[in-house]
Amino acid sequence: MSRADLEVRGVSKSFQRSGRSIQALDNVSFSVSRGSVTGLLGPDGAGKTTLIRIAAGLLLPDAGGCSVLGLDAAAESLAVQSRIGYMPQRFGLYEDLSVQENLDLYADLQGVPKTLRPERFEDLSRMTGLGPFVKRLAGRLSGGMKQKLGLACALIKLPELLLLDEPTVGVDPLSRRELWEIVYNLVQERSLTVLLSTAYMDEAQRCEHAVVLYEGRLLGQGPPSEFVEAARNRTFEVQPSGPPRALQARLAGDPKVVDASITTGCVHFVTAKGVQPSALDLPVAAEPREPSFEDGFMILLHQARRAEGTHLEQGAIRRHPGQAGESIIKVRGLERRFGDFYAVQDLSFEVGRGEIFGLLGPNGAGKSTTFRMLCGLLPPTGGRLEVAGYDLRKAPSKARKRIGYMAQKFSQYGQLSVRENLRFFSSAYGLAGKERKDRLAWALNALNLETSADANAGQLPFGVKQRLALACALMHQPEILFLDEPTSGVDPLARRAFWRRITTLSEQGVTIIVTTHFMEEAEYCDRMLIMMRGRLLALGAPDEIRGDAASIEEAFIRLIESRREAA
Amino acid sequence: MESLRRLLALVVKEFLALLKDPKSRTVVVIPPLFQTLVFGYAATFDLNNVPYAVYDEDGGAAAANLRANIEGSPNFQLVRSLDSDHDIPDLINSRKVALVVRIPPTFTRDINDNKAVVQAIVDGRNSNTASIVLNYLTEIITSFNNERMEQRGQSPPSRLAPRAWFNENYLSQWFFVPGIVAVVTMVVTVLVTALSVAREREQGTFDQLLVTPLRPLDILIGKAAPGFLIGMAEASVIVLLAVYWFKTPLRGDLLALYIGLVLFLFSAVGIGLMISSFSVTLQQGLLGMFIFAVPAVILSGFATPIANMSPAVQYLTLINPLRYILIIIRGVFLEAAPLRLLWPQLWPLAVIGLVSMVMAAWMFRRRIY
Repeated sequence: MSRADLEVRGVSKSFQRSGRSIQALDNVSFSVSRGSVTGLLGPDGAGKTTLIRIAAGLLLPDAGGCSVLGLDAAAESLAVQSRIGYMPQRFGLYEDLSVQENLDLYADLQGVPKTLRPERFEDLSRMTGLGPFVKRLAGRLSGGMKQKLGLACALIKLPELLLLDEPTVGVDPLSRRELWEIVYNLVQERSLTVLLSTAYMDEAQRCEHAVVLYEGRLLGQGPPSEFVEAARNRTFEVQPSGPPRALQARLAGDPKVVDASITTGCVHFVTAKGVQPSALDLPVAAEPREPSFEDGFMILLHQARRAEGTHLEQGAIRRHPGQAGESIIKVRGLERRFGDFYAVQDLSFEVGRGEIFGLLGPNGAGKSTTFRMLCGLLPPTGGRLEVAGYDLRKAPSKARKRIGYMAQKFSQYGQLSVRENLRFFSSAYGLAGKERKDRLAWALNALNLETSADANAGQLPFGVKQRLALACALMHQPEILFLDEPTSGVDPLARRAFWRRITTLSEQGVTIIVTTHFMEEAEYCDRMLIMMRGRLLALGAPDEIRGDAASIEEAFIRLIESRREAA
Repeated sequence: MESLRRLLALVVKEFLALLKDPKSRTVVVIPPLFQTLVFGYAATFDLNNVPYAVYDEDGGAAAANLRANIEGSPNFQLVRSLDSDHDIPDLINSRKVALVVRIPPTFTRDINDNKAVVQAIVDGRNSNTASIVLNYLTEIITSFNNERMEQRGQSPPSRLAPRAWFNENYLSQWFFVPGIVAVVTMVVTVLVTALSVAREREQGTFDQLLVTPLRPLDILIGKAAPGFLIGMAEASVIVLLAVYWFKTPLRGDLLALYIGLVLFLFSAVGIGLMISSFSVTLQQGLLGMFIFAVPAVILSGFATPIANMSPAVQYLTLINPLRYILIIIRGVFLEAAPLRLLWPQLWPLAVIGLVSMVMAAWMFRRRIY
């Protein structure tokens, strides 16, 4: 084995948060060998960021230590920092400075000699493709471009070890692919050592070594193939005759099944140890399939925690009158202009009652803008839109009672307790008396919020916050539920649970509009709309969009690339 | 009925959000009390223990008598007796003394001819302090003169018999403490209101609020209520402090005081809402509050009389709600002014309150998305 550039030895770290102690890392050990790419995987709150910050010498561990390039990260942090590149989750780009000014600033900060700079800048702008944009303000770049600029700033001094904290979070698949290419080129050309954290399972498969963290503990490590092998002979796929969602939901609720998901119109599932698919009472015979890293990851995670109750029982939402299939949302020639920039242009579509409708697209494609216009949060500059028969912006407040809204960021009141939040939102929607009491009890029970009912919402773990957000959106039993990137930053297990709830709601006749970055989630939608540069790129059912491509993501990248070539 | 319940829920939520957060709870309670106490003691026109030096070149009995008179005054504190005029610049430049009294060598001789002169050298850097110091000194000289005349069996040809109304002992605390009621209440109210919307925007909760059936007007009222109620409570506490702690006489009608406060708080809340409608972050809200509050206090007559300001600035003060409420509060406290005498202050306050609320509602509606 080659020399280790980073060695983590028995690192523990806990934080005090409002009187409670949170164990962020618990006796974690692993090493990263020179010239390799190591992936740090785990759900939100697993301790990935803490670990990376300790390795960068920015935090002191409570116990254990890190040696970085032969130096002790805690004792010689300055020496360590001068030899590594570190890109935090939200890289400190100065949004009011241009790309070039940001690069200059970081070159100054890191003491890169003036004579070396032209060559470095040349190199970096070639790698990142930022060349044409050097004069643009960093704040005006798209999400993917910002990440590339952040990476360029971290690389300005040619570090020996590169620490990347979720570099691809919130970045569209195409930009994600490009970021990976940059990293790999560096590893090959300069034998750079890289440690990066990620929530994307397919990215783990690109690493040479994977380290899986869960609630501060090391669950497993090794080459990704080892994780894949652990799932061998337990992975199957089945193609039901009807829509795969119902079968997926049933399998996901089965204790004999570790994981079930929808991919390319099939239900993929992983069985519990020793369970054959014949024991599952399937409508169609299941075929064995090649396991993936995600399967192995799900098995590990499944062992580590008991799945939370994920089902919303029937009757969570009263059935709404109206015919399934009739159009509940109508959009005609929608347009939104900011100055002379068209965020959305000439967009038309309809959503039928009870559908799960996905809004997809890369960063800056206009899906958030569209979403905000549908919710009545942003006035369109042209075109017409109708949600449940109203333009919500001008609609009487009664009309807004028919929709539920869950924002991308946590948008409940952090200082208020779970119960107080639920009380406020139920009253804001006009619930009172017994109905309000019943719904409150329902929300606490159905979304597993009872244990944290009196905790301040701001201090809850991410997953609980998300359940609270969903509860608040469902208190008044809306006909239409708007979800803005509900699953970004959520680990696969919680993501599955979330979709199971959404599926249940849809079965009860709720229309669901969802935006997402995760292309695999598009498979859960009845129909989807893919946007690009403010315009409609594709609209249809997953099967239609996928066509002959291997996956929605593949189809998506193809579509975008063909459009970019045309442009 | 339903919209009323919704509104109530919003107001309750605003209070919870404000009071459950230890930081904002502290901001609402501690600084106002602290400011009231500090200002109550610190903000005063009275000067006590003014440091001064004496350069007595005369050394005679009359000079000694005058020196004793100055030394005996509670307003003055002798720092040094000088032997030459050489040290005077140093003492004044270094602010060791604010005044040097120089008694010329001929003082005792000249005094019997009624032509003695005493020189006073004053630090004029703060013109206000300087003139107060001179006033004190003039009073001492006058009584010194009167004393001498009485000793000779004479009396001065005329005499001033001053009688101050309302503030009989010229206590500047009586002037300032009622003013603090208005200033502190305004700052807290504008702050609470300005930051409540900015906080929601910054934390991303505002969108969630906008998609509920609450109408913009409901949200406006919900945001206005906590500032208004907290301002009212704050004002009441400071009034109590003024009366029971600082012993400022409250001679007038509480009803008149509260009518004034209600109108004043309307303006303060309206201004707070206007600030909040264009601030996206807490920082911007805070900045907006300062941009408003500092000139509002300076141009209000809180410390310096409006009549002394240049005419253009005097016109500007006409839109300052603080200007009117200060007259009302001082009027009620010291003058026992009845409502009808306060009418010239009340109606402009009502107009400012109405205009600021309407403008806030308009801006809020426009900037809400």
